[in-house]
Amino acid sequence: MKPAPFEYLRAASVEEACALLAAHGPDAKLIAGGQSLVPMMAMRLVRPAWLIDVGDIDALAQISIEPDTVTLGACARQYVLAAHGGLGAALPIIAQALIWVGHEQTRNRGTLGGSLVHADPSAELPLVAVMLDARIGLQSRARGRRVVSAREFFTGPMSTVIEADECLVEVRLDQWSGQGLGSAFDEVAIRHGDFALASGCAQIALDPDGRVRRVALALGGVAGVPLDVSGYAASLVGQFIDDTATEAIARSVAAALDPPADLHASSEYRRALALTLCVRVLRTATARARASLTEVA
Amino acid sequence: MSDRMNEVSVERARERLHEVRLQVNGAWRSGQCAARTSLVDFLRETLRLTGTHVGCEHGICGACSVMLDGRPVRSCLMFAVQADGHSITTVEGLAAADGTMSVLQDSFCQTHGLQCGYCTPGMLIAAQALLERNRCPTEFEIRDAIGGNLCRCTGYQQIVDAIRLAAARLNAAATGAGSGVSAPAA
Repeated sequence: MKPAPFEYLRAASVEEACALLAAHGPDAKLIAGGQSLVPMMAMRLVRPAWLIDVGDIDALAQISIEPDTVTLGACARQYVLAAHGGLGAALPIIAQALIWVGHEQTRNRGTLGGSLVHADPSAELPLVAVMLDARIGLQSRARGRRVVSAREFFTGPMSTVIEADECLVEVRLDQWSGQGLGSAFDEVAIRHGDFALASGCAQIALDPDGRVRRVALALGGVAGVPLDVSGYAASLVGQFIDDTATEAIARSVAAALDPPADLHASSEYRRALALTLCVRVLRTATARARASLTEVA
Repeated sequence: MSDRMNEVSVERARERLHEVRLQVNGAWRSGQCAARTSLVDFLRETLRLTGTHVGCEHGICGACSVMLDGRPVRSCLMFAVQADGHSITTVEGLAAADGTMSVLQDSFCQTHGLQCGYCTPGMLIAAQALLERNRCPTEFEIRDAIGGNLCRCTGYQQIVDAIRLAAARLNAAATGAGSGVSAPAA
């Protein structure tokens, strides 16, 4: 299982990487952590003639926490994101999701941007990006910088809007304002670290009186792309959240799904998982939001 | 078949070779390889360090685990050219210079933590990485640390036992309560 031959080039800057992509066109591929690309090369599902390494570009590894926004460089390694104190305080959902991403050996190399451009419909980081409607920064030599919403970035299994000459440079995520925030990530896989059969994540903001101020809910592994299903939970806003309301939302979400079937799980089983995961992540996120209100009080 | 062989040899002959220099188990080593040579193939075939095993070659089995700058990685998911200038620890780096096994390696022997031995180098690297950052791991933490390493013989229980024993012996040695390497199974 050996990749086909290629020429290896190491880019020292984003500009150089974009220039190399422009020069070599669709025969070139970027590599950073390589944890998704190298297996595909080993199986010769991908045969780039030019491999441009962006893994050592410091500017792409930056993590910046501002009061309202978090900006994560595309090449921030997953183990760094999982252990980053400031990020853990600002957006705990990232570390909650990373627990489920591969294994220690792959998180030590794997990057945020690599997971997004790989666009596996059951992957965890794309799901979080969709739930929080991340703004994904793409750069090319010909057209400069553009920003794409995560909900428009994924177009199908292993497919995104990224062009052959573009480099994903950064991911911007909004921090929700106010107190009483809670989030949760959960999934079902055959073994921990395997691809999820289905996954779910939620983030909830509660007002000081315990009523829902804002809610986001998303599901992975149940369609060709990560699904934002926050609309189904919108009726919670202004209400007190309880098990009856949570289960009603989960049922309405599950009823609207048409999940894919494969060797590992039937469509019906994935729909049942989606229902269960919706309930679990909404409950856990709510419990965490309530705990954070108690801490404030 | 001969056409395919011919195609492969032409493919190989055209490839440019890269100079790769790495610090392996404390010593700087260098060699030449094609860009597509994985780190594990470079370690085994160019540097002749055959302790690291090649398993699935696509990042599933963990047999090829090595430490890169002190962190465990899969050496089949990294090209040797990407490791240029970095520090690598392989299973050969765990034993003492005279070949005396480390406490961890000896604990694998004590608990029958291996049968065919194919996964063992990767298990040892994963366990070493765990014990370097956590001297008192829980069973969950041990199982999580070797979660990316497949073993088809032991059923994992003896491997978990080995790591738990190694932790106990290392802690006993550190507090002066035991002799470390030669301590019998607890």
